Amino acid sequence: MNMMSNKEVGFADLLGNGQTLNQFRDGVIERTQATGHYDGLRELAFRDSDPIGYEKLFSKLRGGLVHARETAKKIAASPIVEQEGELCFTLYNAVGDCVLTSTGIIIHVGTMGAAIKYMIENNWEANPGISPGDMFTNNDCSIGNVHPCDIATIVPIFWEGRLIGWVGGVTHVIDTGSVTPGSMSTGQTQRFGDGYMITCRKTGVNDQPLRDWLHESQRSVRTPKYWILDEKTRIAGCHMIRELVEEVIRADGIEAYQSFAREVIEEGRRGLQGRIKAMTLPGKYRKVSFVDVPYKHDDVQVSNAFAKLDSIMHSPCEMTIKADGKWRLDFEGASRWGWHTFNAHQVAFTSGIWVMMCQTLVPTQRINDGAYFATEFRLPKGTWCNPDDRRTGHAYAWHFLVSGWSALWRGLGQSYFSRGYLEEVNAGNANTSNWLQGGGINQDGEIHAVNSFEASSCGTGACAVKDGLNHAAAIWNPEGDMGDIEIWEMAEPLLYLGRNVKANSSGYGKYRGGCGFETLRMVWNAQDWTMFFMGNGFMNSDWGLMGGYPAATGYRFEAHRTGLDKRIASGDSLPLGGDLDPSEPDYERHIDATARVKRDKQCVTTEDCYANHDLYLNYLRGGPGFGDPIDREPKAVEADLNQAFLLPEYAQKVYGVVFTQDGKGVFTVDEERTAARRGQMRRERLARAMPTREWMKEERQRIVDKHASTQVQHMFATSFGLSEKFKKQFKDFWSLPESWDLREEDLGVPSYGASHRMDLSRLPDVSTVVQVEE
Amino acid sequence: MSSYTDEQVAHLVDGTLDWETTFRMLSMPKDAGRFAQYLAALQARVRFDDRIILPLGPHLYIVQSATTGRWVTQCDCGHVFGDYRENWKLHAHVYVRDTPEAMTEVYPGLMAPDTRWQVYREYYCPSCAAMHDVEAPTPWYPVIHDFEPDIEAFYKEWVKLPLPARAS
Repeated sequence: MNMMSNKEVGFADLLGNGQTLNQFRDGVIERTQATGHYDGLRELAFRDSDPIGYEKLFSKLRGGLVHARETAKKIAASPIVEQEGELCFTLYNAVGDCVLTSTGIIIHVGTMGAAIKYMIENNWEANPGISPGDMFTNNDCSIGNVHPCDIATIVPIFWEGRLIGWVGGVTHVIDTGSVTPGSMSTGQTQRFGDGYMITCRKTGVNDQPLRDWLHESQRSVRTPKYWILDEKTRIAGCHMIRELVEEVIRADGIEAYQSFAREVIEEGRRGLQGRIKAMTLPGKYRKVSFVDVPYKHDDVQVSNAFAKLDSIMHSPCEMTIKADGKWRLDFEGASRWGWHTFNAHQVAFTSGIWVMMCQTLVPTQRINDGAYFATEFRLPKGTWCNPDDRRTGHAYAWHFLVSGWSALWRGLGQSYFSRGYLEEVNAGNANTSNWLQGGGINQDGEIHAVNSFEASSCGTGACAVKDGLNHAAAIWNPEGDMGDIEIWEMAEPLLYLGRNVKANSSGYGKYRGGCGFETLRMVWNAQDWTMFFMGNGFMNSDWGLMGGYPAATGYRFEAHRTGLDKRIASGDSLPLGGDLDPSEPDYERHIDATARVKRDKQCVTTEDCYANHDLYLNYLRGGPGFGDPIDREPKAVEADLNQAFLLPEYAQKVYGVVFTQDGKGVFTVDEERTAARRGQMRRERLARAMPTREWMKEERQRIVDKHASTQVQHMFATSFGLSEKFKKQFKDFWSLPESWDLREEDLGVPSYGASHRMDLSRLPDVSTVVQVEE
Repeated sequence: MSSYTDEQVAHLVDGTLDWETTFRMLSMPKDAGRFAQYLAALQARVRFDDRIILPLGPHLYIVQSATTGRWVTQCDCGHVFGDYRENWKLHAHVYVRDTPEAMTEVYPGLMAPDTRWQVYREYYCPSCAAMHDVEAPTPWYPVIHDFEPDIEAFYKEWVKLPLPARAS
């Protein structure tokens, strides 16, 4: 009577086996490491003894997950969820390993699993307790979330008093209450400005959200109506899936369910290994990608002097495919995290990669944590993809992630090409931007925020047998959709003056990348309205493949004091349609000569004021190309010309096509003269080129002389600071003298954070979950 | 297991395969015999007598030299870039677009990278000027040795084909 019960000692025995969740998870990890098979499953007893029963279970659960997503998303009012499908539901076993997931933004297979594992590692079962009917909410980027706008609701699943698993649902909300409006804002440089941050908080009991949570959360964001309906979407989906699991257990028994929830992960692990052996080629692949971080510009207004510098993200990847079908992804040499919102947690990287891989290597419905167990990740601590400081901002981690992964497409593309699976080759993914964001008082007189998801339809990379898809997809959502104009005009006080394919946006090649598109928006019926730009401008993050060119970079166009109100009233000409050739601007001919116009490559800006009738060009990028452009069928170039996908000047300069244009503007190529011109182009190439080793002597001298922009030197300095190995490889390649060095502190730019950092794991009573080699 | 005719694989190589078959290739499990059919289709298209061991790009191969028996990287015009283990780019010709003028030859103004941030390195065959690769790194970046295939494991363990002889 006077002894403490399990409750007092903090042992809830949720599994009914005398083990804490942490002890049980440790056992799973040990058995996996000892055997190389998930949870020690050398045999798949259930699958092999009752394959039909196993498949029936799979079909019921997978179908239920997809059904829950499709049904629940109708609750949401946010076009991001309802139109673009930015949501996902995932089923986990008791230790937080993913069993199956729905369609949608399946990057969250791992992110919600990381949240569950964090609760397990930090003894949530003792405090705040885990009970039937509970709901937990998480969006904390320091424990695995991608960015704070992905809000996850996590519900434990019990059967006869024992915890048997979890279900998580995530939606991408319009606003997180960060320093500036929009879900992926740029005005902050640290976590503390990234918006409302929730760490696996118990936000509901008995299937009801707690009142303090509802009151606090809704006033913490700018768009409470969308927030509330997003939460209802997540809760509804989670509860549908929990009921589905109960129904399955009633029909098939708890033993079958529990066996399935382990075996399907081992099956996923074997599945990836099998796919690698069936489709790729063993060896080492070295690829790299970059993206610009131009924060020195006056239009990037942040609160910290130490963030005001131009820098570059560096993402080198050595992909090793081993003879046994396992693979290793090593990012040795990556640059350091920075004072911006583009940093990514290790789980955002390791989990997010599957949203890409399900579009190529594992196009299967059985996406789960099995693929993670078949992959070795090495993300050095301190890099942008595994920060070692608890202050880092993550609001637009995708800026770096989509850029970093573009290199992986090329590695896989090489393997598919060499093996003859040409149909699988993809030169890469577009930099999925621009992100039109902002806020203020909308057309309904309410405080509002916007984040246009038109970026979910960028151009895709070229294949080895066909062009990329035009304005079609985004790497982060296999079911991306640009959304209807009418819906966006309801959600945003921005009228469309044009929505057109963006000429010359795709990477050139024998097969070109998919074209991007552009929309011209006019502010209408708003008050105190702001917007900003977010994308790549000074650099491409993608490259072409095997002679193809990268896609075009971004640029920005905005116009203020346009006089469009008077021009509309008087029936004068208006800026309509696309910005066909930014070298020959046309919009400016249809607005007041005194308008204030910004046309430049500064594609990251912070919140700036826009009056009604101001203009904003939202240019969504194209995809990279494949193969030498002068191998492109002349008729394909002709088709591009006639659809205004390509400016005539570049049909001549890049593709070597000779053509005529008739009175109606129709282009016709002359194949004979094209062949002759292409022969001439080959001679011109050799005339302007030099042997690589000769050029290397010149470049080496530039390195010795430290002749490069500060941002380039800064990138190398942060990579060298984290990796002696990368530095040695660099110096060896260029045969630099022993004394040559490049240090961040010598560059004359802020180096705040370069030497003194504090990881989350150093906070008291915190156990972080590490899932990669660091 | 799917399978395709030699003619279909040849059409795939030429970019003339019908969409229905291409879609089947995409959506069905892979045909294990593809590599051998692919090599045969490529071998029939090149003008050299050297045996193709592994295709690297639309005009670039690792071949077994008909004269020396060595494995070398070779353009389809016959130009040899050296031992297959070396980075072929170091034996190519390169043109670096590192000025705004050079960049605007390929993109309209504002749509090209700023060469203070990024340059293009176009690698050409010194004989036929085929553009085998375009790198888009920052200035100073080492020339990337981007692929070192494990040909032996691939032939012996993965596709179960006899490994071509290699003179040292």
